[in-house]
Amino acid sequence: MVRRWHEWLLTLPSLTWLVVFFLIPSLLVFAISFRPAGPYGGIGEGWTLETWQGLANPNYPEIVWRTVWLSVLTTVLCIAFGLPVAYALARMEGPWRNRLLLLIILPFWTNFLIRIFAWRTLLHPEGLVKDVLLLFRLASPETQLLYNSWAILLVLVYSFLPFSILPLYAAAEKFDFSLLDAARDLGASRWRAFVSVFIPGVSAGLLTAFLIVFIPVLGSYAIPDIVGGPTSEMIGNKIAQRVFNDRNLPHASALSSILALIVILPMLAVLVRRRRRGDGAAGGRAA
Amino acid sequence: MAAFIELKGVAKRFGALEAVKPTDLALQKGEIFSILGPSGCGKTTLLRMVAGFVEPDQGRIIVNGEDITDRPPNKRPINTVFQNYALFPHLSIRDNIGFGLKMAGRPRDVITREVDEMLELIRMADHAHKRPALVSGGQKQRAAIARALINQPQLLLLDEPLAALDLKLRQHMLLELDRIHDEVEITFLYVTHDQGEAMGLSDRIAVMNEGSIEQIGTPAAIYETPATRFVADFIGDTNILDGDVTARINGNYVRLELDDFGPVVAWNDKGLGPGDAVHLSIRPEKFTLTREPPGATAERNAIQGRVEDLIYLGSQTKFRVGVGGRRITVLQQHARFQLDTKPIRWDETVWLSWHADDGYMILERGAAAEGGQG
Repeated sequence: MVRRWHEWLLTLPSLTWLVVFFLIPSLLVFAISFRPAGPYGGIGEGWTLETWQGLANPNYPEIVWRTVWLSVLTTVLCIAFGLPVAYALARMEGPWRNRLLLLIILPFWTNFLIRIFAWRTLLHPEGLVKDVLLLFRLASPETQLLYNSWAILLVLVYSFLPFSILPLYAAAEKFDFSLLDAARDLGASRWRAFVSVFIPGVSAGLLTAFLIVFIPVLGSYAIPDIVGGPTSEMIGNKIAQRVFNDRNLPHASALSSILALIVILPMLAVLVRRRRRGDGAAGGRAA
Repeated sequence: MAAFIELKGVAKRFGALEAVKPTDLALQKGEIFSILGPSGCGKTTLLRMVAGFVEPDQGRIIVNGEDITDRPPNKRPINTVFQNYALFPHLSIRDNIGFGLKMAGRPRDVITREVDEMLELIRMADHAHKRPALVSGGQKQRAAIARALINQPQLLLLDEPLAALDLKLRQHMLLELDRIHDEVEITFLYVTHDQGEAMGLSDRIAVMNEGSIEQIGTPAAIYETPATRFVADFIGDTNILDGDVTARINGNYVRLELDDFGPVVAWNDKGLGPGDAVHLSIRPEKFTLTREPPGATAERNAIQGRVEDLIYLGSQTKFRVGVGGRRITVLQQHARFQLDTKPIRWDETVWLSWHADDGYMILERGAAAEGGQG
């Protein structure tokens, strides 16, 4: 009992922080979505389902769908590119490894917005990328590189790749590479050994990479705003519009809640399934 | 009998380091062959070349008549038991053992049946469902052996398989390995730095030093007739005395003049004559220690010394006897405690004696490289 008490005491500061600055605000946001909008941008009195009914906007399913597929694809690509990098880094000699890790962290020294604007210059109809593509006849002069979902995907992957590499590298560094020798020895091809031994071996890193990329991408707003344009908006843009342009806080809250549910519901489902299998210990470690 | 596994001039260099100098090796089918040497002698590199993890710079590796030098590890009829077991942590013991069959694309019911047989062989059926982290070191070891054997390799490589176990378990696993070998009749190539393991398990041993094999022979040949000074020193304890041959005695023996020691008689298995420089190796247990001068014969050497140190080891006592500026290590067995009423004590003057046959002459390095084949 004494030990449990100590554990609670140690958890208390972070628990308090999360409850006060995360759980309560989230519940408040959810609650606000059931309030009427005030005429001057505030929150009105009483309770209403008006906002949620108003979500039946014909534009929304398309935007939600685009948000979800862009997030999933970004996450998949970040992990797909991040895994070989993490593998190579972990197998590398010390000095080279540190130099390359520095290169991965280097972009963070430049402001996020500046880097995205740089992409706008690169993808501009008269920008470098277009010129190169034209040179190799990979694009026609009419090809529009900017202001579509693919531009968003490109810049999302560019921005979030380091976030997937770092946790994957941390997991790969702890991986016992003699296991790959063992797999090869037992008849596995290089690829088979990678898939059936290395990937399960870094599963904790995969989960972290997934969460650390998927969740922020789901709510991303600046990237689709700058390189996406009005025809390829994500939920984040809609929330911003409701807040800044329409000054309709309940509507923005409802959209935020949808976003939160997209993340929370699958996680709850996984948790419940684990609990049911009585796999509590393993689940605790992976989470 | 034709060799079953053959290494022909296999060599590997890492930068300036000649890890393995051109090496020939021939293994018979079904034997347990050990490569014994200190860490850094190249034995692990040699093993990794056979397994396919290291590409040799030159030479060929032939298994059962087939040249496998250019094949990747997964295409060789060879499996390995790794030093740290290298069991897959995310798979159960059962799935670890079945991994090789799964990679080979065998049907599920065949895998289940063969894994069951293996579990029986290693006596681990009760632990099949557990993850490797939840079983003991000895059980991990057995699972690693089963995982390698289930593929019915032509050759099983064992890379210091017992190094991570404690002494008791190591002795137990040594017997276990011997039993498993008797049942499966697969050729074992065993790499170790532990002479006890190599001696106890092997049919033949190759002693390796600085990238080359110094001697190949049965455990007894390696111990009793070491080909080089290194082998004599590395295997067991020995006393090495330097000297020159001064005379031949009736063909089978020579008289030696040893530095700080005087004249002794030794067995002349090499046909040496006056003027040849030799090391004389005498194992500590070959001496007899007495207070009275022993009845000297033509083939029995006797020399007087003083006990400078003694260590009681239970079944034996180890003496350090000072003889003319040298300290000689002597091991005496306690066979008869009740009769041994007056044991030799520290600082006593004693007689060391040994039969001429028990002093083994070793030539300077290089001259005897081909000698001592068992």
